[in-house]
Order: sequence, then C-alpha cells, then structure tokens
Amino acid sequence: MAVGKEIRVKIASVQNTQKITRAMEMVATSKMRKAQERMRAARPYAAKMRNVVAHISQAHSEYHHAFLIVRPVKRVGVIVVSTDRGLCGGLNSNLFRMLVQQIKRWQGEQVEIDFCTVGRKGAQFFQRIGGRVLGQVGRLGDQPHVEQLIGAVKIMLDAYAAGAIDELFIASNDFVNSMTQKADLEQLLPLKPQVDDTLGHHWDYIYEPEAQEVMDHLLARYIEALVYQRVIENIACEQAARMVAMKSASDNAGKLIKELQLIYNKARQAAITQELAEIVGGAAAV
Amino acid sequence: MATIHVDIVSAEREIFAGEAAMVFAPALLGEVGIAPGHAALLTRMSPGEVRVQLPNGEQQAFYVSGGILEVQPKVVTVLSDTAVRAHDLDEAAVIKAKQEAEEHLRARSDKVDIAKAQAELAELAAQLQTIQRLRRRGG
Repeated sequence: MAVGKEIRVKIASVQNTQKITRAMEMVATSKMRKAQERMRAARPYAAKMRNVVAHISQAHSEYHHAFLIVRPVKRVGVIVVSTDRGLCGGLNSNLFRMLVQQIKRWQGEQVEIDFCTVGRKGAQFFQRIGGRVLGQVGRLGDQPHVEQLIGAVKIMLDAYAAGAIDELFIASNDFVNSMTQKADLEQLLPLKPQVDDTLGHHWDYIYEPEAQEVMDHLLARYIEALVYQRVIENIACEQAARMVAMKSASDNAGKLIKELQLIYNKARQAAITQELAEIVGGAAAV
Repeated sequence: MATIHVDIVSAEREIFAGEAAMVFAPALLGEVGIAPGHAALLTRMSPGEVRVQLPNGEQQAFYVSGGILEVQPKVVTVLSDTAVRAHDLDEAAVIKAKQEAEEHLRARSDKVDIAKAQAELAELAAQLQTIQRLRRRGG
C-alpha cells in the first residue's frame, strides 16, 4: 500500500535531525560541566594576584604604575570575547547588541575605539560592520590555554602603556546559571585601587630585581589572568546556551514527528475505509 | 615547630596548598630558601624547581616555567606561569594576532557603522523571534 510515502520519508528525516540535536545537547551538557570546573580551578590564581596587587598599591603610595593612573579618555580599547561556533541561541547577538549601544555612547562622546577580538564570531561581526581591530585570536577550542591569549592581551597592554588607549574594557558573557547568561562589559585598565584595611601597619616588599620591573610583570600577568577567566566563562556560557537551544530543537522535532504521525495515520485509515467501501460496493453490484 | 603556609597556583589551576617547614624557589637572582618569618619579598622566578619541605620532613618538588614569588612572614605564594615565557616569544604572539586581524579585515573602514550594526542585529533578532513564534504555534 503506497499511502503516505512522502509522509513516512519526512518523519524519518525529522527523526534523524532529532537524533543529531539530542546528541549535541548531551555533548554541550558535558562540556559545560567541564568548563565550569575550569572556571573554578582558575579562580585562586586571580584571587592571589589581587591580594598581591592590593598589597603593592598600599605599600607603595608614592610610586604609581601607568596601569593605575586615570587619564582623560580620548580612545578606549575593548577586548571582545565571543564564541568560535554558532548554534548557541542569542548568546553572541546579545553581547553585540550591548556592545553596539556602548559604541554609540562612545561615538556620541567623540571617544574612538580600538578592538581586539577573541573568538571567530566577533571577528566576523567587525568584518561586516567596520571598526578598528588591532588583533584577533580564534579557534581556541574547548580548553583554551593562557598562551593562546598572550598576543591579543599584549597588543592592548602595549597600546595602553604607549598612551594609544586610555581605558581598556572586556566584553563577554557572565555565567549566571545554566539557563541565564548575561552580556557584560568590565573595565580592566586603569586598575581600580584596591584598599585592604586589614593591613594596619605600613610595610613594603623587598623587590628583586627592581620594583618597576616586578610590577610590570605582575600587572601584565594579572590582566592576562582576568582575560583568561573571562574566556573560560564565555565557553561555559556558550555550552549552556547551546544546550538550551538544542533541547528546544529536539522538543520541536518531537512535536513535529507527532503531528506528522497523526496525519499519516489519518491518511492510512482513509485509504482502508475507501478500499472497504469499494469492495462492499463491488459485492453489492454483483 | 614554626611553619609557613604555601600556595602554588597557575592561571589554569591550583597546584599545591599547605603548611611547610621550608620552601626553596628559583628566584631570578638565584635560588632562595624561605623559612617561616622571612621578610616580605616580591621577585620573579626563572624556570626551575620549587621544593616544599613539609613539617614531617618529606619533600615535594614542583616544576615551574617561571612566574612570580611573593613572600610574607607567614605566607608564601608561588604564581606559576603555565608555559615558558620569553620576551621574543610574547612578541611573536603579538605579531601573529596582528597578522590574523589584518588578513581578515583588509580594506575596511576604521569607524564602526552603527546603522549597519543595528541592521545586522535586527536581522539576528528577527531570526530568533521567528524560531520562538514557530515554537509557540507548535506547542
């Protein structure tokens, strides 16, 4: 019986799609957990660094590093952290929307902007809309290492140290929970002075070799660590968003299959009824 | 016996945390041994071995590829790099990131075209909305 062959083919194709989206959902779930673990593992380094920076800025009130000085803002730098791949709902477009609003505000204040992109989606976005992009890194994979980010961060730090940019920001997604990610813009430079009131008396480190050199080194590493954390967090966001997107895609496929199945059954039933009617009609005619 | 708290961390993970009787680290100007009550010190480290002598006399060694050593009378913090870092290697990374940007973005204006950006975003938003509407209708 050739009833509803097209419908059967269609059902099979939707089922195949559902298999794929379901697999992607499960992969995203496990990758998200791993990314969250890496987020946790990266926290102590930045926390320890923050302590040291706080100690220094307190111990060294007469010495001000360029990274700590607030300058009038004529040009800002933004590190844009996006994903390498799509299929993650509105994650990147939410981030870009927030960023475009901020860009509009800056343009209104005659502030110029330099960008540096991490992740291919950001690079593609600026390719379409224009903007001065100083550097970019892409194809970070699911387990990025600090070394992959050195170039991108150093470009911006060098620009800041040379006075080419007066403030440095990072735009990325905040991992609130697995259902919610929030686009966020954070200021990296100049560093906000950290005051630690628990240190009552005045003391200073012995610096080896020179205070300035150690500070340069330390602050560059600190910014790198902050950027690395943001990148890891963005990956957790990406996987969470993909997990949700793929789950709803699987659900939709399930609904579609149900509907198609119903249509198919009806058509089959109608064909049987008609055949019976024909037989009965034929028998009556004899 | 007096002990000193030791934390060894890298940007990617925590490597060691605990009490120690003595710590040896490869400072830039030579290896330093740190006993409890050491004066506050901040120094860079060269690639080498950080040895932690536990209170029970046992010794643990960790390889670091450079980083920063912070010493306070009761706490030692080793901020380890995750890979060997050198000035020219860092410069090479900068050049690579720049080249990548130039390759992709040749012949394009320096100014962000807000109108175009908003059109792009509107398109993306419309796509998402369509999906959502389909979903509602389906359910």
